[in-house]
Amino acid sequence: MADQEEGIGISIRKLYKIFGSDPAAYVDLVKQGMTKTELNEKHNHVLGLKDINIEMPGGAIQVVMGLSGSGKSTLIRHINRLIDPTAGEVIVGDDDVVKMNEKELREFRRHKTAMVFQKFALLPHRTVMENTVYGLELQGVPRKKQEEEAQRWITRVGLEGFEDNYPNQLSGGMQQRVGLARALTNDAPILLMDEAFSALDPLIRMDMQSVLLDLQKEIRKTIVFITHDLDEALRLGERIAILRDGEVVQQGTKQEIVLKPADEYISNFVREVNRGRVITVDMVMNPVEGEPSGPKIKTGAVLETAAKKMTEQSVSQAVVIDENGMPIGALDIQDVISAMVTPVDHTMVDDEAA
Amino acid sequence: MDWLVEFPAMSRSSLTAIKKTIDLGFRDFTRAYGDAFETALSPVKWFMFWMEDLLTDSPWILVLLAITAIAYVASRSVKIAASVAVILLLVGYFGMWEDTMSTIAMTVVATLLAIVVGIPIGILMARSDRIQAIFNPILDVMQTMPSFVYLVPVIMLLGIGRVPGLIAVMVYAIPPIIRLTNLGIRLVDKDVLEAADAFGSSSWQRLKNVQMPLALPTIMAGVNQTIMMALAMVVVAAMIGVPGLGLGILRSINNQYFTLGMFNGLAIVGIAIIFDRVSQAYGKRLQKHLEVVHG
Ligand SMILES: Nc1ncnc2c1ncn2[C@@H]1O[C@H](COP(=O)(O)OP(=O)(O)OP(=O)(O)O)[C@@H](O)[C@H]1O
Ligand SMILES: [Mg+2]
Repeated sequence: MADQEEGIGISIRKLYKIFGSDPAAYVDLVKQGMTKTELNEKHNHVLGLKDINIEMPGGAIQVVMGLSGSGKSTLIRHINRLIDPTAGEVIVGDDDVVKMNEKELREFRRHKTAMVFQKFALLPHRTVMENTVYGLELQGVPRKKQEEEAQRWITRVGLEGFEDNYPNQLSGGMQQRVGLARALTNDAPILLMDEAFSALDPLIRMDMQSVLLDLQKEIRKTIVFITHDLDEALRLGERIAILRDGEVVQQGTKQEIVLKPADEYISNFVREVNRGRVITVDMVMNPVEGEPSGPKIKTGAVLETAAKKMTEQSVSQAVVIDENGMPIGALDIQDVISAMVTPVDHTMVDDEAA
Repeated sequence: MDWLVEFPAMSRSSLTAIKKTIDLGFRDFTRAYGDAFETALSPVKWFMFWMEDLLTDSPWILVLLAITAIAYVASRSVKIAASVAVILLLVGYFGMWEDTMSTIAMTVVATLLAIVVGIPIGILMARSDRIQAIFNPILDVMQTMPSFVYLVPVIMLLGIGRVPGLIAVMVYAIPPIIRLTNLGIRLVDKDVLEAADAFGSSSWQRLKNVQMPLALPTIMAGVNQTIMMALAMVVVAAMIGVPGLGLGILRSINNQYFTLGMFNGLAIVGIAIIFDRVSQAYGKRLQKHLEVVHG
């Protein structure tokens, strides 16, 4: 399938979600600028999402972050239409999910998406194995093939030997991994992961992140990953969108988010990040002037690598080269270090904090 | 000032007219459709007779073994199976084997009928708040209406005999199974249903794979109550020609045979205990996966 090689892009356009008895009546008010609090106090409706526009390129990991109640779960449920939007479009590949009829939606869910749930949502009367095959069962795959495929992922998430246990006999972290195996067994081009690793301990969490990244190297899926944890976001996410009170406050590459937080809300998020491991040399290099000198550093390397190389060789200058070895920029140790310790744009915020 | 002393009821003649119209209407209805109903119910009749013959005509020892075995398979408890055998032996020893078997046959058939009719209604109620709003008051009336009242239309429609008795029992005993099917399905965890949807379940698949299995323990509680109500109707059913322990009780009332009444009553209690323990143990076994081992 050509689909799978390139991955299916997801494009969310002008999406609004209002919870309550008559949501359609209030969309216009919200479009005119009514806030979440106002809507709640005056009309007793909850503003779930407001004017969301996100382009998720196919085959990439899109991270969605935000505090509790900011609308992350609501947003991800729109992609497979577990929640119907009040207004807006959700284009997946070439189709508008919002316009699908019941049958189309069912086929779409069976073959194009798989989901990991924040609260696991395992079928309590089915064993680990029976839970894991559920997606393939609905697709009508032969039983033997279902179990082979499921077994592979059960083993991969470290639950070998628990195939015949019921979810209630497993710890929270183990249940979450069953949810993960269930979604991966489905082998869908789109993976929706709602805080999929939140119940895991740090070691297993790292391991599961690697599973995801490895998988991403083999088959490029389009993954929407929700998390509270910035380190996880930076490790997994190529692109990050940050939600607050149902609105996207900033979206972009992880470097953009860390380097240029749009407001204090995001600065607070990124304050504790180890910038040296996130920001790449491309973000701080200067144009090449004359004959560049110093060690060669590949484009895309993070600042920590560059700083290490430069201090080891006791030089204050370095050259950034592209894949072909051509110099594309010059690095100064001053710039590198200052980018590692202070945000480029939000010096003010950090000064206040200090 | 008459209306202060005496309740201003509608005139006797209009009251009679109302009753007459309804009664005549129903009589016409029974004349027109009585035969059709009887034909439609002939499989039930056949099943009822088959069940009764099976239990009463087979050698008692085989029946006893079979019932004990069923009790064991359902409950997986030697204790329960053993008490079932003891109860049946006692009942037989006191000369009530045949009547007991008739009553068991009637209860089993009425319960199966209630399940077949009640579960789909319960499912419909769970699917729509509208249907629930329609059925709930009907069920309320059914559960408070004195059981004798059911007999009148049934006799008019079907006459006297086992099948009308069975239908009366079934109608009387069906509310719990409808209610608890509805309740059980409505109590299924929304998150789990959402997951089933997310993987692309059709509404039949979500019913079959998720709602019914998860509602089953609750439905079993409904079955249990239905059985108990069916047994409570045994005496009433005897009035319109259902044989069994109820008939003995009726005779004891008419002739003031205290001991006969007591024996038959105790036999019904015995059957009730059998059904109750076995169906409860079975219901518990269905919930095995819910036993929390970890948090
Ligand atoms: N069915 C609903 N009815 C009314 N309000 C709802 C409903 N579902 C969600 N909300 C509201 O929408 C907002 C966003 O909820 P959502 O579950 O998407 O948050 P979240 O970002 O996933 O939070 P968390 O990190 O705690 O999971 C909350 O204010 C919540 O109260
Ligand atoms: Mg959430």
